[in-house]
Amino acid sequence: MALTREQMAQRVARELQDGYYVNLGIGIPTLVANYVPKGIEVMLQSENGLLGMGPFPTEDEIDADMINAGKQTVTAAKGASIFSSAESFAMIRGGHVDLTVLGAFEVDIAGNIASWMVPGKLIKGMGGAMDLVAGADNIIVTMTHASKHGESKLLTQCSLPLTGAGCIKKVVTDLAYIEISDNKFWLKERAPGVSVDEIIKLTAGELVVPEVVPEMSF
Amino acid sequence: MAGFNKVVGSYSEAMDGLEDGMTIVAGGFGLCGIPENLIVEIKRKGCRDLTIVSNNCGVDGFGLGLLLEDRQIKKMVSSYVGENKMFEEQLLAGELEVELTPQGTLAEKMRAGGAGIPAFYTATGYGTPIGEGKEVREFNGRQYILEESITGDFAIVKAWKADRYGNLVFRHTAQNFNPMAATAGKITVVEVEEIVEPGTLDPAHIHTPGIYVDRLIQGTFEKRIEQRTVRKA
Repeated sequence: MALTREQMAQRVARELQDGYYVNLGIGIPTLVANYVPKGIEVMLQSENGLLGMGPFPTEDEIDADMINAGKQTVTAAKGASIFSSAESFAMIRGGHVDLTVLGAFEVDIAGNIASWMVPGKLIKGMGGAMDLVAGADNIIVTMTHASKHGESKLLTQCSLPLTGAGCIKKVVTDLAYIEISDNKFWLKERAPGVSVDEIIKLTAGELVVPEVVPEMSF
Repeated sequence: MAGFNKVVGSYSEAMDGLEDGMTIVAGGFGLCGIPENLIVEIKRKGCRDLTIVSNNCGVDGFGLGLLLEDRQIKKMVSSYVGENKMFEEQLLAGELEVELTPQGTLAEKMRAGGAGIPAFYTATGYGTPIGEGKEVREFNGRQYILEESITGDFAIVKAWKADRYGNLVFRHTAQNFNPMAATAGKITVVEVEEIVEPGTLDPAHIHTPGIYVDRLIQGTFEKRIEQRTVRKA
């Protein structure tokens, strides 16, 4: 069975380490916050100027001046700090954020990522995504392995305009956990009940498959 | 205006001198920390062919979205747009130009502009459509593109508290782009929730020193929420 969105978030959460500063993008990455492993502490960075994002407010706590990068009302966690957009992107572009998790349309064997623009469709903008992928050393992309029509999103070369070049090393899809190096995809884990053949079939770029591919467990 | 008293008497006075074709750098992220009354004043004045530098363009009927109603905006420089139907219509009709700019690059363009730095190198956007046609230079084995900074004829800013010297304090994440915008205007206009007596604000806790501020006015704010998300108590 392919992973659910929640399971993809759970798998990503296993990459969290104690003391990490983490930026979570919109969509599946946001769900990662629900699965922080017990006994470790991470601090969430929101690029509009909040380090230490807490949960959504209760009805009584709602404050229009307190939002996250998705423009949702949030709270500040214990130990939080609030600052300007320039300061926020100094953290991001200066490589101070330990882990960035974001969605994508496509990635390729060179570690390129396309996530912000489909030519011919209305372009809304890249927001902070280009800064995040350029600034972080440790990035995890979450996306479905293939489109609804069965077209692979793991390519030899991205077909859509790039968000960043040569910056992605880890991808969690609904079928597999894959790493990128030496111009190849490396199959590391598969979703429970998903065959290696199915993953090979839906991976367009060169995929290195080890003899044994461990199954994820949840 | 007398000495270090930056306070003006009306919104009309606050935006005096704004003309057709000018560039305005605006603070705010989504609808959070936007100078909502200064925007209403720009609408009232009716200036046209404006270039607006702002992370977003408000929503239909509120914030910078108001300036779309009478087609006052010629060009937007933003990182994310399209929360806004009228924006989409004018864009598709070719009546509105958009220069999409990565959010960190946009913040840095304002910061550098205000700090007298004409351009800077950044890795953001290298190898993407944003880097096309821009100067590339290698530092320590990595490629960077040259981005030019931004200044405006006017900057419009929303802060929480100020004193008459123009020293500003922002509230929570309503800070966002406001401190950089404040430095990047030839004329910087700030509206605040409260003007306090000089000496009330701790000098060590000022976010924006008054040297950047030309005009100051106290207003009342709707503070509309874009995405109202709550948890059960």
